[in-house]
Amino acid sequence: MIGITSFGAYVPRGRLNRAVAAKAHAWANPGLAAQARGERAMAGWDEDSLTMAVEAARHALAGRRVALGAVYFGSTTHPFSDRQNAGVVAGALDLPEAVASADFGGSLKAGTAALLAGLDRVAAGREGEVLTVAAEHRRARAGSVQELMYGDAAAAFTLGNSDVIAEHLGSHSVSTDFVDHYRAAGQPFDYHWEERWLRDEAFRKWLPEAIRDGLARLGIEPGSVDHFVLAEPAPRLAAVAAKHVGIADEAVADGLHGTVGQTGAAHASLMLAAALENARPGQTLVVVGFGQGCDVLAFRITPEIAQLTPRTAVAACLARRREETDYAKFQAFNDVVTLEKGLRAEANPQTALSAMYRKRRMLLGLVGGRCRKCGTPQFPAALRCVNPSCHHAEEMDPHRFADEPARIKTWSCDWLTYTPEPPAHYGMIEFECGGRFMADITDWDLGQVSVGQPVRMVFRVRGRDAQRGMIRYFWKAAPLATAKEA
Amino acid sequence: MAEGIRDKVAILGMGCSRFGERWDMGAEELMEEAFAEALTDAGIEAPRIGAAWLGSCMDEVNIGKSATPASLSLRLDNIPVTRVENYCATGTEAFRGAVYAVAAGACDIALAIGVEKLKDTGYGGLPGLEIGSLPPLWWPNLSAPGVFAQVASAYMERYKVSRDTLKRALAEISAKSHVNGAKNPKAHLRKPVSCDAIMGAPMVAEPLGLFDCCGVSDGSAAAIVTTPEIAKSLGKHPEQMVTVKALQLALSNGSEGGYNDWDGSYILTTRKAAQRAYAEAGIKKPRQELSMFEVHDCFSITELVTMEDLGLSEDGGAVKDVMDGFYNADGQIPCQIDGGLKCFGHPIGASGIRMVYEMYLQLQDRAGERQLKDPRYGLTHNLGGFPHQNVVGISIVGRYR
Repeated sequence: MIGITSFGAYVPRGRLNRAVAAKAHAWANPGLAAQARGERAMAGWDEDSLTMAVEAARHALAGRRVALGAVYFGSTTHPFSDRQNAGVVAGALDLPEAVASADFGGSLKAGTAALLAGLDRVAAGREGEVLTVAAEHRRARAGSVQELMYGDAAAAFTLGNSDVIAEHLGSHSVSTDFVDHYRAAGQPFDYHWEERWLRDEAFRKWLPEAIRDGLARLGIEPGSVDHFVLAEPAPRLAAVAAKHVGIADEAVADGLHGTVGQTGAAHASLMLAAALENARPGQTLVVVGFGQGCDVLAFRITPEIAQLTPRTAVAACLARRREETDYAKFQAFNDVVTLEKGLRAEANPQTALSAMYRKRRMLLGLVGGRCRKCGTPQFPAALRCVNPSCHHAEEMDPHRFADEPARIKTWSCDWLTYTPEPPAHYGMIEFECGGRFMADITDWDLGQVSVGQPVRMVFRVRGRDAQRGMIRYFWKAAPLATAKEA
Repeated sequence: MAEGIRDKVAILGMGCSRFGERWDMGAEELMEEAFAEALTDAGIEAPRIGAAWLGSCMDEVNIGKSATPASLSLRLDNIPVTRVENYCATGTEAFRGAVYAVAAGACDIALAIGVEKLKDTGYGGLPGLEIGSLPPLWWPNLSAPGVFAQVASAYMERYKVSRDTLKRALAEISAKSHVNGAKNPKAHLRKPVSCDAIMGAPMVAEPLGLFDCCGVSDGSAAAIVTTPEIAKSLGKHPEQMVTVKALQLALSNGSEGGYNDWDGSYILTTRKAAQRAYAEAGIKKPRQELSMFEVHDCFSITELVTMEDLGLSEDGGAVKDVMDGFYNADGQIPCQIDGGLKCFGHPIGASGIRMVYEMYLQLQDRAGERQLKDPRYGLTHNLGGFPHQNVVGISIVGRYR
């Protein structure tokens, strides 16, 4: 038996209240009011598909010690066109470097394509489980319908042949150049065709046909499907397709439009993670990735699902939310307006790629050292121990701090220094295991940061070098859920 | 144990430019302003100088690298000139170079000159620092107020001082320096400011507002040093002579920033350097023996904790001493009698020497309107870097007899 062994998800805690965005553009397009209900997930300035992928992957791997043979990352918004994004994810997870990595893109099917490739790898009997992750940080023009309807999120799965919680029953794929929207290489925004055509030609015709064919090949009666996960590009389309396939309306999974928004290549994965949170042993689950064709994957939930430790997936992410009613901030974070940043923003140090490589475990994996004599964990690792009563000189054992409990020892919020989100919060972060360093604080609430506050270390964008196109990643301290997020 | 520097080196002459936003001058002209005064004060011609140390910090503006800008501007006589840089403690470092050279007998007369031209950046506050290739990949975008404000968060936590109480004491510190600076014709900021205005100023880095931060100034300061014997031969009276009693430097080794011991409420290196300096100078009870001092009040919170780090206030007692006026001009140990970094200004490379300049004037009864009565020892405290990773230079100067 092969299939899904674990899952996790990540939704940025910022949620743009759609009504405020629609109101800002009502002078020109009062019709946007029709899309003004609910909220959409909004990545912070220091988040992109890669950082969200890392967080979803951490949640998927939580509590499980498995050897991974491959990391697959599906997205249409990978931050790098030529630098292995999945490899950066692997580095942030501090995986052994003997691991395969690949990015899947080019279509909103990229998430299910990565999933299929992972299942194929496991089916081929290759060593190790496969981590697949799908993430998207979607950009849209200011004032567009897409700006309201899109969302940012990630979901991750591990795939293997033991501890399987959802057995893979088989899959069926169709490729058809049905172009309801597209984005040429180098273009910042999508170009969309009329939604009514999308509904009538795809969701009433070829898509249900493809799904029916797939289920027939797998011997699954449409009426027996308990969870129908179709990453619909707009609300209510999945129900239209389900009806044409013969799948019960109750089986149609929530498209998360009112809470997260349409997360592109991540959406099927995100909905699948949500479905797994509510699935019971014996149930049949069908996942459809849509985008110039479709991938249809069928699973049967196994009793093992009860053994999987509780994890952070969609429900927990939806609960961890902070409403954003400042549309100007959303525009700034999505780089759709030219903002005054001040002269201090011009400072732009070169990224020394050779230094970045030497220190890759430190920078990507948050790996420091532990003194072989006194046992003190320390960051960064050094050739002499930092403990003033030790100073032992010997190479240290690696010590990863990413998942170590930590607290804020000292802090300030700084209105002077440049940050895309003033005031810059940073402070001395102290790890309970030992070790500390001065770190950026992210996901803060103004006036709510305090000495002693517990934090979780998260992998984020440290800075963007627009001149050279480099994105620098490092770890930051995120205060753990405060009452405001409840 | 080494016998130390006490009374081996005398200050022959000093000079200091006017500090401020010197739009009319670059570093070259500022150096000349300080140098000319120091030469006149020393009563010598430039060719008597055997070696020189230039302190300048910010490569990004100012004069760039190497000591050639000083040698060129001052037309020094092809003598050894060395540029030193040690964050904001650079001025003391230049002074230390000159003093040690004389003490070692490497030259008879040495010059220390510090300069900083900060107001060529186009924006307020200090320019960003180049920090090498690895730190930008993981350090936060630290600003000076942002890192020193951290001390306030730790101080409030350790001593259970409320934010309001601390803000009030910090305001008193700045207000005191404004009163003192108003009496200093060379100071950058020469206007008294009320505590209410200070506390109501815009926030820079929680809990530090605009008036909790020192001036960003252009300026230069210079010291010409020699042995007491040579100073006597050049006509200086031993009664008027000011000698170096102690000169100490302490640097972080990573423990504050990397080891879970330091609580962030004090500056470890100030404590280390102060103890060594008192021992070198033969001072046993600093609160009783020091006449006056200049601390590195880059921010009001730095001044507050430095009073404790120097052993002048009890740990946790600085707030009370400040509120009692202990460090005011008419208090027991006046602090920042020249206005401090806060109001005299903070041209980085010059600041450490500027502090010595004020102590030197006071010890010679030449401080004009702000002259203190019969001072005996003056201490200077020069701090560079971040609370968790820094350089502290301390000097003690006093009357030779």
